[in-house]
Amino acid sequence: MEALKLELKENIIEQLNLEDMTIADIGDDDMLFGDGLGLDSIDALELIVMLDKNYGIKLTDPKEGRHIFESVNTMATYITENRSK
Amino acid sequence: MKNVYINSVGSVSAQKTTHATDFLTDIISYNETVIPAIDPVYKDFIPPAAARRMAKGIKMSIVASKLALEKAGLNNVDAIITGTGMGCLRDSEKFLSSIIDNDEAYLTPTPFIQSTHNTVGGQIALEIQCTGYNFTYVHGSNSFESALLDAKLQLELSEAQNILIGGVDEIGDYTILLNKTINHIKKEPVKSSEIINSQTKGAVFGEGANFFVVSNESNHASLARIEALELYNTLPIQSVAQRARQFLKANNLNTADVDALILGNNGDVEFDIYYDELASGDFKNAQQLVYKPWVGEFHTASAFGLVLAAIILKTQKAPREFQLNSIVSSHFKTILLYNQYRGENHSFTLLRQC
Repeated sequence: MEALKLELKENIIEQLNLEDMTIADIGDDDMLFGDGLGLDSIDALELIVMLDKNYGIKLTDPKEGRHIFESVNTMATYITENRSK
Repeated sequence: MKNVYINSVGSVSAQKTTHATDFLTDIISYNETVIPAIDPVYKDFIPPAAARRMAKGIKMSIVASKLALEKAGLNNVDAIITGTGMGCLRDSEKFLSSIIDNDEAYLTPTPFIQSTHNTVGGQIALEIQCTGYNFTYVHGSNSFESALLDAKLQLELSEAQNILIGGVDEIGDYTILLNKTINHIKKEPVKSSEIINSQTKGAVFGEGANFFVVSNESNHASLARIEALELYNTLPIQSVAQRARQFLKANNLNTADVDALILGNNGDVEFDIYYDELASGDFKNAQQLVYKPWVGEFHTASAFGLVLAAIILKTQKAPREFQLNSIVSSHFKTILLYNQYRGENHSFTLLRQC
C-alpha cells in the first residue's frame, strides 16, 4: 500500500504538471480538490484516465469519483480493492 | 482615416529582449541548428496554478503581452489579435503521440485543449480579463502580418483605440525532426554571424513571442507609426523589386527615402535570393539589417523584425551585429521591412518615425 501511495503521488505530480511540488508536499490524507492541492475538473478527468490506463479501473459514476479522489489514501484503498492490472 | 502607432512592445526571444534596455547592446551569438527562446521568470508574470498547463508558446505570449501592456500603461485593450504559424505545437505533438502510443485510448484532455491555435489569444484574454474582439490568424509566414493588417484597419476606422497584437511560435521536438529530415533545417550548426554566408540549404530554426500595443492615439512613449503594409501569398522573384518600388510610390516615397531595410534572410541558399533582389538592387545604398540569424527562423519571426524596426526608430540606434552591409545611416526616419519564407507569403511593412 505504501508503494502504491508513493506511485500515486509521483503520477499526480507528473500527470497534472504540479511542477513546484514534491512527493513530500502531498500528505496521504491531504484533500486533493478544494482547499488541499486545489485541483480542478480538468485534473479530475486526468485522474480518471490515469485510473483506467494504469490500473484498469473504469469510473462511470461521477458521485463515486468524489469519494475516491478525496485523498491519496482513498485513491490507494479504492485501487487496491478494484484494480485489474 | 487615423494614423496607427506602435505604443509599446514586449518580446520573448533568443535574445535578451524581455528587458528591452539590454537587447541592443548585448547580442547573444549562437552556434546551433535550433535556437530556443530564453525563458523569462514565468512566475513573475503568471500564477503557478495557471501556468502549469501552459505550453511554452502560451507562457511566452502572456509574458510578452503583459510587458507590452505595462509599457503602454494599460490594464486592458479593445481587442487581442494573434498570429501564429503552427500554434501550440508541443501540445499538438503530445496528444497526437498519445493517440499513437495508447492505441487511440486513454486520451487526456489537457494537451488537446491547449493544442488549438487560438489557445494563445484565449489565455491572454483570460489573464487580462479582456472580453473584446479576439482573433487568431494562421497563415504561414504572413500570420503575424495578417494580425497587424486587421488591427491597422480597425484602428484607422476608429473601431478600436488600443489593440494588443502579437506573433508567436514555439519549437516542437518532433516537428524539428521532420524539418531536419526534409532539409528545412540546416544539417550542421552554424554561428549566428556566419549564417547569412553559409551557402547551404535550410535555416536555423527558432521560437519566440513578440507583442505590441498598437493604437490610433500616439503618446510620448510611442515607438513608430505604421505607415503601410502589403501581403502577397505568391510573388515571383522577378517582381520583388518592382513591388517594393510600387509599395513605396503608393506611400509617396522612393527607394532613396528608406533609411534602413530590414530583411528576413535566414541563410537558406535556395530562398535568400529573394532578399538579394532588394539588397543588391534598388536598396544597395541603404543600411541593411537582418535578425533571423540571432533569433532563428519561425513563421512569426517577422514580428521580431517589427520590434527591431520600432526600437531603432525610437532610439536611433541599430545593433551592429545585425548589419548586413557596411552602410550606416546618420538618422532613422523611414524603415522598410521585407519578409518571406521559402518563397511564399511575402510582406512589405513600412514604418516611420513618430
